[in-house]
Amino acid sequence: MAELEAVIGLEIHVQLATKTKMFCGCELSFGDEPNVHTCPVCLAHPGVLPVVNEQAIHYALKIAAALECEVAPRSIFHRKNYFYPDSPKAYQISQYDIPIAGAGKLGDVRIHRAHLEEDAAKMIHVGESGRIHGSGASLVDFNRGGTPLVEIVTEPDLRSAAEAAAWARLLRETVRQLGVSDVNMEEGSLRVDGNISMRPVGSEELGTKTELKNMNSFRFLERGIEAELVRQRALLEAGEKVEQETLHFHPEDGSLHPLRSKEEAHDYRYFPEPDLVAIAPTEEMLREARESLPELPAARAERYRDELGLPADVAALLAAAPETAGYFEATSKEASGVEPRVIANWVTGELAAALRQEGGEETASESKVEPAALASLVSMVQEKKISHGSGKTVLAALVAEGGEPAAIVEREGLAQISDSGELESIVANAIEANPEAAEQIRAGNGKAIGAIVGAVMKETKGRADGGEVNRLIKEKLGS
Amino acid sequence: MKELLAMTALEAHEAMVAGELDAAEYADAWRAAAGGDELNAYLWRDENDDSPGIAVERPSVAPIAVKDIFCTEGVPTTAGSRILEGYRPPYTATAVRKLIEAGAPILGKTNMDEFAMGSSNENSAYGPVLNPWDRGRVPGGSSGGSAAVVAGGLAPWSIGTDTGGSIRQPAALCGIVGLKPTYGAISRYGMIAFASSLDQCGPFTRTVADAALLLAILQGADPCDSTSIGLPSSPRLPDREDLSGLRFAVPAELASDAIEPGVREVFEATLKKIEGLGGELAEVSLPHAEHGISAYYVLAPAEASSNLARFDGVRYGMRAPSSGDVIEMYEATRAEGFGAEVKRRIMLGTYALSSGYYDAYYGQAQKVRTKIAGDFKAAFTDFDFVVTPTSPSVAFGLGEKTDDPLAMYLNDFFTVPMSLAGIPAISIPAGLAEPNGGGPKLPVGFQIAAPAFAEQKLLDAAHALEGAIGFDARPEGVPGG
Repeated sequence: MAELEAVIGLEIHVQLATKTKMFCGCELSFGDEPNVHTCPVCLAHPGVLPVVNEQAIHYALKIAAALECEVAPRSIFHRKNYFYPDSPKAYQISQYDIPIAGAGKLGDVRIHRAHLEEDAAKMIHVGESGRIHGSGASLVDFNRGGTPLVEIVTEPDLRSAAEAAAWARLLRETVRQLGVSDVNMEEGSLRVDGNISMRPVGSEELGTKTELKNMNSFRFLERGIEAELVRQRALLEAGEKVEQETLHFHPEDGSLHPLRSKEEAHDYRYFPEPDLVAIAPTEEMLREARESLPELPAARAERYRDELGLPADVAALLAAAPETAGYFEATSKEASGVEPRVIANWVTGELAAALRQEGGEETASESKVEPAALASLVSMVQEKKISHGSGKTVLAALVAEGGEPAAIVEREGLAQISDSGELESIVANAIEANPEAAEQIRAGNGKAIGAIVGAVMKETKGRADGGEVNRLIKEKLGS
Repeated sequence: MKELLAMTALEAHEAMVAGELDAAEYADAWRAAAGGDELNAYLWRDENDDSPGIAVERPSVAPIAVKDIFCTEGVPTTAGSRILEGYRPPYTATAVRKLIEAGAPILGKTNMDEFAMGSSNENSAYGPVLNPWDRGRVPGGSSGGSAAVVAGGLAPWSIGTDTGGSIRQPAALCGIVGLKPTYGAISRYGMIAFASSLDQCGPFTRTVADAALLLAILQGADPCDSTSIGLPSSPRLPDREDLSGLRFAVPAELASDAIEPGVREVFEATLKKIEGLGGELAEVSLPHAEHGISAYYVLAPAEASSNLARFDGVRYGMRAPSSGDVIEMYEATRAEGFGAEVKRRIMLGTYALSSGYYDAYYGQAQKVRTKIAGDFKAAFTDFDFVVTPTSPSVAFGLGEKTDDPLAMYLNDFFTVPMSLAGIPAISIPAGLAEPNGGGPKLPVGFQIAAPAFAEQKLLDAAHALEGAIGFDARPEGVPGG
């Protein structure tokens, strides 16, 4: 049997952080008392009419611009009809055949479409199952009902669970940096569903897909998709068929359960929403959306990689944290003689570690270490004015109290030993004190050099240049 | 000064503004008159229950009756349905708010076909409204109560809604003026939706001038209704006395023998009056108009099936006792709460929107709608107005058509095309005619349709024709003049 490959597409619901709901003036909130943010419109009293939230359109256009989507000149709303207590009108106002945003891409994944809609109310099913079937009672909180959503649908371009989770993280970071959503998976302001199928490698046809829901963290997303891929692979390899169905991920044990067909068998009877007019964004609105975009993670990572020569992982790490990336760039600017790659390593390596050591939640840009200070510190290390080890000591002092590295070096007496005569005699003493190691080195065991280097560093309190010490030991022992 | 109840709303308004008429005394006289309702025309009246009613600070406009389809805060609003029994909305419809702000006391809420579905008012869960001209006959529908109160001397004027003829047809059957404005002229906010793309609020009055005054109060864009745009300018009172230079088109498709002879006679006499006033007449073809009813009875039920889905017993209105799960509760509530015609249309509409049928029904009906709008557009390049009888018959007997939905739907034959095209049309009383099968003479309505937003022109022409017709008949016991 031919090798199978995973074919994964994602559907992402992003709750927009607008001031008010999608079609009424009720305030958005999370965690307030149930049913306090309601009005005749979002409770679907008879006779009410929806009015589109203008800010939601601006936010959707920003997302469309960030995902390089084509924007429809006139997109329209449809009614998606279904009976369920979370939908007081018994229809959801959504977009159907003409969404606000069409084809686009983020990273290597193509975007199929993005559209505006309203969120359903929150249902709490009392009882063991946690679902409506078999529950003792169901409670409805209409606070969430009518929250603006942008639903983003990708093409099936992802090939593994890890890839899907990594891309979802990139999307989250991108949307977060737009400032249009809290993108919090635990709170449900970002919800990711997967469309998953498998096919023989090389085939262009898509296999039967299943839809995976309820993965409310990136870890669960990856685990859920992985579990489903294992299940599908087993079925296909046993010559069985994958059934098209919707599966619910249970985070407690990582299992997948099909939703009952009654919950699924919908004919939504879509038709154009007669209460609303078309969304026709003006040139100015489109320009505003484009111009308001910050440099987004994908573009920033690419620039760091291609223009600044940063390793891909470091570039991605910085791009996902725009404040730290800004700090890195400011430091680079101050340290003219130092390669950006070196600065990036200090920022994401030594500085991040020192901040962790300090125990706080501070990011580089919030810390007491000024970019200019870090720049001069890295320059001193590069010019061998101080050793790398001393550099870390100085950095710890900077994290704790701020200030100028030169002053700290002076105060702590950390300047590197530049007198080669002095260093030579310290090395000679160290060899004498470690005859066994010296013997092993002479016999060709290079690893034994560590004991002597350590002794030198101890004696110099780390002020010696490690490379120079190595060279001197080898010279003296003739190895 | 005339007897209080014989004054038109405009005359009363002018007298109140001039300080010659005490607004409170005038309103009280109408409240007393409304209290004598023997037509089952009011479902709720100010002063007849324990609700605080609707306060108007400075009455300066004639009190008004409001179709029970408009939400009124704290005041029962049923849309003629059992399913909304006991419902008191937490907000007030824009049209009613505008009336209150203009200083019009609300006399009461009028009976109607359930959710505005019907042409005879026999579909009300609260019993039929009787025609003040002959209590054995229907007042038309769906705004039958709003027409009957004006014709029957129970209100100086009223508002109703028109989706496929629900203002014009009852106005015709009750011998008063009924105007369906351009779609979007008046806010729909707070008007319980039947078919959202067709529903439009409009006035019932005794004169065309009253209709102009009421339209001026009601019209305007509303931030709560994205489909409202208002009229290009506020209507002024019509003062035109002649029709010279105006061209009136009579659809060739009117040759249908579905029109009662008495109605045809009055219609033809009215055409002669148009010529007498200097208007020009010619035949025009509206080739797609005859498909109007078919398209309408796909589109309106389709929208209704979705609009009425919210009545589920969860948040307001009646809830049927049910021991099962939430779906069973929905089913029991809707089975008990909706009447037969509403259920028929929900099923029709649900079917028309179903996957696999959408293109054949809803999609096709939308195309017909576009064609009909195109027919009118073409006609209005050569003509100022299109005229027809409002209804093919005078008021028919209670129970006469209830077993034949299709015969009932054909009442809307002349009014539906304008609704589909979204254009304004007015029905004015044109005379009396003997019904088929004999009996006392009954009112006949004459319909004039104009291009979108040409309400002023429409009111001016209707006013001139109204003068030439000189209709002054009243049901027995109703003050006239």
